Amino acid sequence: MTAADVVIVLLGVVAVGSGVLVVATRQLVHAALWLVVSFGSLAASYVVLAAEFVAWVQVLIYVGAIVVLLLFGIMLTRAPIGRSEDLDSDNRVVALVVAAATAAVLVTTLVRGFRSAYFPLKARVGNGSSEVLGASLFRTWVLPFEALSVLLLAALIGAIVLSRTDIGGADSDGDTPQRRERRRGGPGGSLGLARRRGSGPDEDDTIVLSRVDEEV
Amino acid sequence: MHLVYPVVIAAMLFSVGVYGVLARRNAILVLMSVELMLNAVNLNLVVFDMRWADRLHGGQVLTLFVIVLAAAEVGLGLALVLLIYRNRRTVDIDRLRALADRDVDPDSDISAIPDDEGVRR
Repeated sequence: MTAADVVIVLLGVVAVGSGVLVVATRQLVHAALWLVVSFGSLAASYVVLAAEFVAWVQVLIYVGAIVVLLLFGIMLTRAPIGRSEDLDSDNRVVALVVAAATAAVLVTTLVRGFRSAYFPLKARVGNGSSEVLGASLFRTWVLPFEALSVLLLAALIGAIVLSRTDIGGADSDGDTPQRRERRRGGPGGSLGLARRRGSGPDEDDTIVLSRVDEEV
Repeated sequence: MHLVYPVVIAAMLFSVGVYGVLARRNAILVLMSVELMLNAVNLNLVVFDMRWADRLHGGQVLTLFVIVLAAAEVGLGLALVLLIYRNRRTVDIDRLRALADRDVDPDSDISAIPDDEGVRR
């Protein structure tokens, strides 16, 4: 076992352990923070594997952007801060069995397949630099790169279309201009809309849209 | 460097993600578990790229592509989750059963169906 092996194993223990905490913790925000630890140790193992550009992209995009986006999602869905007991579904045992079976099959296959596979890590230093990777990305892989940029743009537009309520698509049933105006409304309380059965004088037996803060 | 260690780490991280996707109830936690699975795949890609070290560096480039795809997936997935939260007031995926297959007796009253949105209240 070389020094790089030892470091990789230690980082892997950290990554898998914090991954287990992500799927096992009872607090939503802690799950996102353990995810940072897991991604960070994976970035460190990329550095050990001499892929430093991928490591920095991992830190920038995963730790910097994706986890922040997940934290935004947690807070926008008004998740409870602190312990909540109903984060796990009823089929936990089945999930545990499936995951254990997956791990057993994969680990057995990989250990049997790569038991005597070694590669010289020292000869690979420089293979993951931004110069080498940039040349490869913009010479060989430039067409997939452009296609991926178009895909990212499409996903961005799709997220905007899904998030805005005033350009349709959100809920189209019974959408009159007055309700749309009411929904657009003031600055406060425009985050969420709830449905309730109408009880007012002119809205019997129809579904009306009401502000969240009126209801809860 | 021995190839087995990083590959086994990736496999275990992947199965942790599988457990999270199957066992978690909050949609955002499911998204986090999907991210764990994607990261396991990324580790595999980097390790095998370093093993073969071909001129195209396909493994590392594909890792970058997977990272970009994960960013797009999380953005779109969170938009969907927020839309569901806005309409249903919950992100509990066990309770989002509007598309579930229910056994409905055709003679029975239509109002016997629990709710028009499948939400148990």
